[in-house]
Amino acid sequence: MRAPSPPVLISAEDITKRFALPQTIWRRITGRPQQYVHALNGVSFQIHKGETLGIVGESGCGKSTLARCLVRLHDCDEGRICFEGKDIAELRGAERRHFNRRVQMIFQDPYSSLNPRMRVRQILGEALGVHRMRPRNEIGARIAELLDLVRLPRDAADRYPHEFSGGQRQRIGIARALAVEPEVLVADELVSALDVSVQAQVVNLLLQLQEKLQLTVVFVAHDLRLVRHISHRVAVMYLGNIVEIGPTESLFSAPRHPYTKALLDAAPELDPSRRRRSPATRGELPSPINLPGGCLFSTRCPHVFERCRVERPALSSRGPAHEAACHLTEFGRPTAVKADRAKGVSRVSP
Amino acid sequence: MNPALEVRGLTTTFDISGFPLTAVDRVSFDVMPGEVVGLVGESGSGKSVTLRSILRLIRPPGMVSGQVFWHGRDILAMSEQELRGVRGREIAMIFQEPMTALNPVLPVGLQIEENLKAHTDLDAGARKARARELMDMVGIPEAGRRLTDYPHQFSGGMRQRAMIAIVLASHPKLLLADEPTTALDVTIQDQILKLILDLRDQFQMSVVLVTHDLGVVAETCDRIAVMYAGRVIETGRVTDLFAEPHHAYTRGLLGSVPRTGTERSMLLSIEGTPPSLADIPPGCAFNPRCSFATDICRREPPKLEEVVPARYAACHHHRAVAASGSPLS
Repeated sequence: MRAPSPPVLISAEDITKRFALPQTIWRRITGRPQQYVHALNGVSFQIHKGETLGIVGESGCGKSTLARCLVRLHDCDEGRICFEGKDIAELRGAERRHFNRRVQMIFQDPYSSLNPRMRVRQILGEALGVHRMRPRNEIGARIAELLDLVRLPRDAADRYPHEFSGGQRQRIGIARALAVEPEVLVADELVSALDVSVQAQVVNLLLQLQEKLQLTVVFVAHDLRLVRHISHRVAVMYLGNIVEIGPTESLFSAPRHPYTKALLDAAPELDPSRRRRSPATRGELPSPINLPGGCLFSTRCPHVFERCRVERPALSSRGPAHEAACHLTEFGRPTAVKADRAKGVSRVSP
Repeated sequence: MNPALEVRGLTTTFDISGFPLTAVDRVSFDVMPGEVVGLVGESGSGKSVTLRSILRLIRPPGMVSGQVFWHGRDILAMSEQELRGVRGREIAMIFQEPMTALNPVLPVGLQIEENLKAHTDLDAGARKARARELMDMVGIPEAGRRLTDYPHQFSGGMRQRAMIAIVLASHPKLLLADEPTTALDVTIQDQILKLILDLRDQFQMSVVLVTHDLGVVAETCDRIAVMYAGRVIETGRVTDLFAEPHHAYTRGLLGSVPRTGTERSMLLSIEGTPPSLADIPPGCAFNPRCSFATDICRREPPKLEEVVPARYAACHHHRAVAASGSPLS
């Protein structure tokens, strides 16, 4: 029996976000319309309390934009993001500050996301001051507590970011986010700038902290192995859309979207006995400025047929809590993409 | 069969402000004809400098010593003229960031023709045709039309393909690839690695692939050399080394990579960070991070020795490490 799922903490409803490209003089003279990068094209999902949701995709798929929308570093153009049922774009004053405190972000680059002219004590203390978390005389004790939490030496408080290695800086970033006792951590490519052996340390730390502090984590990354390791549920993004979302186990063992399958096949496994000789995909990502019509993956999909080119598939159920956006498996057949191959090919032939 | 490339005691030091740093320390390895050898390590381990030292691409204040035999001839002792016959012709190199390796103000087709001009005696018409053929071979769609495109009009994956086309112009016998897919997305990385393997088969080429990703090694390499703090600390066939690491660092590295079946468990991480070149610990460079370390490790640097046939490791406690098993099994 499945346990009842915990309450929904954050829900995104059909959000879109686009960025205007700089208008060139030539385009202005010739009166051509403004061009946009379509970063998010109607993304909907929910995050449950206490879970880790992994968001995975290739560069330009909109995963970082999505992370930034979740903490309101960007406002969505359409759709809305609700935190405990309230639209975060509508929050004002004390409510907004409260939201900002409870949802914290850790950034990708441990070199540019910490102010080089502040000591660690100031970096950690600043947020405590802004949110008036502690009386002034207790701030020192709280900083020591935070350093213990991320396993940095106590004397780190009086040093500057440049005195630390990449892994240690990322720990400072985590401590900074945790300083204000958040409930949700949004981690954008938390470890991708780090060496492999150091990655493992930070990943272990994140898992321990989540357990200890009952955190909800949104883990955005391009590395499938990491996402699989960390997440309870995974959303796969392609060109600003979620193409598949589901429990980690079922998504990785039986992917229902051809893109998910291609991504899994392309990711190098640590097993020299399981080599493939032909590439998992052909072709490259289409431009997010001029999106293809129909299914966004139709330009690279090995199973493409006429309907894919005209109609964009919506997410539909493929099993318990598992959804995919593909015409091929839309009819609820309990088969994975692999088994659909023969069918897909026969449909293409006249 | 004789090795195509024999690297013996390769040492590269950089003397900046009178304080010499050893980036590559007595590195030795062989590459057989048609073999793909992976050179693996974390940032600062000396893997890229090793590759550049082989082709004498190190400039002062960098100093290279040791021997690099290419079919019996020592590259490090060649005259400039001899070297020109080898570098770019018999041994070619591709880099991590193709945008900085390509000339931004010349069309891609012209850059391929340049290499054909330098290394073949084809006339202008034949060069153009050959350039188109090469672009086609590396999988650039509409090759004929894209000959006149500039590098900025190519995507990252296409630029790397163009780099490979340039390199193939001279029919190299050895390809040195310095993190060729690190800047690319996983589906494009997969395409480029498969392309390199296809070309290896087609041209009987050897490949030295520098990477930090053990998954890439598992997918592509026949043999592997693991580097730490400028030294090769373990070598062997990929399957053997993954099944039974003999060095604690290799074991830790394998355990640091998440894999199927270990979801949400603690990874076997390595404490601490790789040492800076200016501050390499005495004895075995890995000893402060090693859970097997004893007094001898802090005193004496271990030699790279044959621990089982065709397997070399530089670890005082290689038996204990091997006995503790691979984190993969």
